[in-house]
Amino acid sequence: MVNIALPKGRLGEGVYALFEKAGYGCPAIHEKNRKLIFENAEAGVSYFWVKPSDVAIYVERGAADLGVAGKDILLEYAPDVYELLDLNMGRCRMCVAGPADFEDDTSRPLRVATKFPNIARGYYSSLSREIDIIHLNGSIELAPLLGLSDVIVDIVETGKTLLENHLAPLETIVPISARLIANQVSYRFKNTEIAAISAALEKLTAQEGNL
Amino acid sequence: MRTETGNGLFERSEAMEHSLRKLYTSYGYRLYKMSKFEPYDLYLQHRSFVTGGHILTFTDTDGRLMALKPDVTLSVIKNYRGGQQKICYHENVYRDAGASHEFREIPQAGLECIGEIDLYTQAEVLTLAAESLRLISENAILDIASVEFIGGLLEATSASEGVRQELMRLLHEKNAHNLHQLCRRENVPEPLARVWQKLAQMYGPAQTMLQELSALCLNDRMRQAVGELGTLCALLKIAPGVSVNLDFSILQDLTYYNGLVFKGFVPGLHASILSGGRYGNLVRKLGKNAGAIGFAVYLDLLSQLPNAERGVDADVLLLYGADADPAKVLEKAAEMRASGLSVRAQRQEDAGHYGRVVRMGGD
Repeated sequence: MVNIALPKGRLGEGVYALFEKAGYGCPAIHEKNRKLIFENAEAGVSYFWVKPSDVAIYVERGAADLGVAGKDILLEYAPDVYELLDLNMGRCRMCVAGPADFEDDTSRPLRVATKFPNIARGYYSSLSREIDIIHLNGSIELAPLLGLSDVIVDIVETGKTLLENHLAPLETIVPISARLIANQVSYRFKNTEIAAISAALEKLTAQEGNL
Repeated sequence: MRTETGNGLFERSEAMEHSLRKLYTSYGYRLYKMSKFEPYDLYLQHRSFVTGGHILTFTDTDGRLMALKPDVTLSVIKNYRGGQQKICYHENVYRDAGASHEFREIPQAGLECIGEIDLYTQAEVLTLAAESLRLISENAILDIASVEFIGGLLEATSASEGVRQELMRLLHEKNAHNLHQLCRRENVPEPLARVWQKLAQMYGPAQTMLQELSALCLNDRMRQAVGELGTLCALLKIAPGVSVNLDFSILQDLTYYNGLVFKGFVPGLHASILSGGRYGNLVRKLGKNAGAIGFAVYLDLLSQLPNAERGVDADVLLLYGADADPAKVLEKAAEMRASGLSVRAQRQEDAGHYGRVVRMGGD
């Protein structure tokens, strides 16, 4: 049995559909009930939904053998897991954003508001730019509007929220998409099963990528 | 697997430490006891060798900065005085561990062999690693890889230091898609990029995988590395229950290791429980001219193994009333102990685990 942690929300539902298409469906998952774990003994898989930022923890600690997590989470928390596949889903960019006419005042540290302090720190240290990190948990766009920060480092999908708040993406740090991750020990002891799932998903994502 | 000392007298890691020591001494490895701390300088110079990098320090009475040892190997090398040294140890090391980044005391058992490292020595150490795993679990995996092979591949790739580190990190993640992207970005020729990708995806029994590996060789250094792994694998007589697999994601810091590296895994744990390899480069960096090979078993992980049987606190719980004669209680308990039972005597029942409960009446 391969235990799979899926991220709750829209991305997770899309990811589950991909697993289903690859032959690893689990009909029980569509039933409306309060069950937390869904199992398909025949296909040898069981699924559970967790908070997207927790998927990597479940996989790293071996509570899940496989999981699907955004590259943003993997870069921020750097869990010791295998990254087997780019699922080419949930595509977006990690960006620096701020007022469209923003000009960096290099005479003082740049104030950066973000949910991703490690990514922000890594990016600016690669540019040797001193920054003051303001760690927020949500509504990041508000920070530059209220003068809390100069810029933000956040995920940008369409840029619509930014635009509505008179902000614009200024620099792209890294492209983001959903990745299939595996626990290092499960990868070894359930190698045949995991390799089969990964290959089936790869086939599908390659096909969809060609469309 | 239950060890002979796993009868409740020892906790799991103590029992395992005993069994491992018995195994290592049966191969003539001498027990080596080391000091709990060392001058901080020793670790400062080789900081990247010490996992985690954070070290607990304190000032000694003479003003010297000392460190609680975060690692055993450096101390062993420092004490090496020539010839062939085969030692085994059981020590606590102090490191910041895991996501919590708090210092923890980690019990480690292992062995080190310093001197001339020939094919026999490597086979002996690998056999001992496999036997150690078998003591821990009936079903285990020992993964092996060669630093020299990667050294040859990096030579062929001729990338800058930053890109080399990125390549190694992605290989460690088995991240074939990002390896491909990185190679494309750095204009690495397509055949070379394919070798990196293949290496990330490669996993399986060493004997079969070695054939695939030899097809990936691009220079003599890589061919020689595959040859050495092949000879070693052919020599090994690994007991049933332990599979030897080839896997390049286990590679450690290339500055310290040379040749063979390996890691051991058992089901039920989320990380490797055994880690080792040839660290001749580290020995030479410490100014000694010798080869070296060794491994460590992380005993702290044993407590995370599922279905760890909890033994009884005592075979008999002897309950006596408020009015019981203490002399009689002593006598009764002594009588039962004499027949080989462990006995705990007290007034009231508690939540402990006992074989049976005996109540002393008012007789």
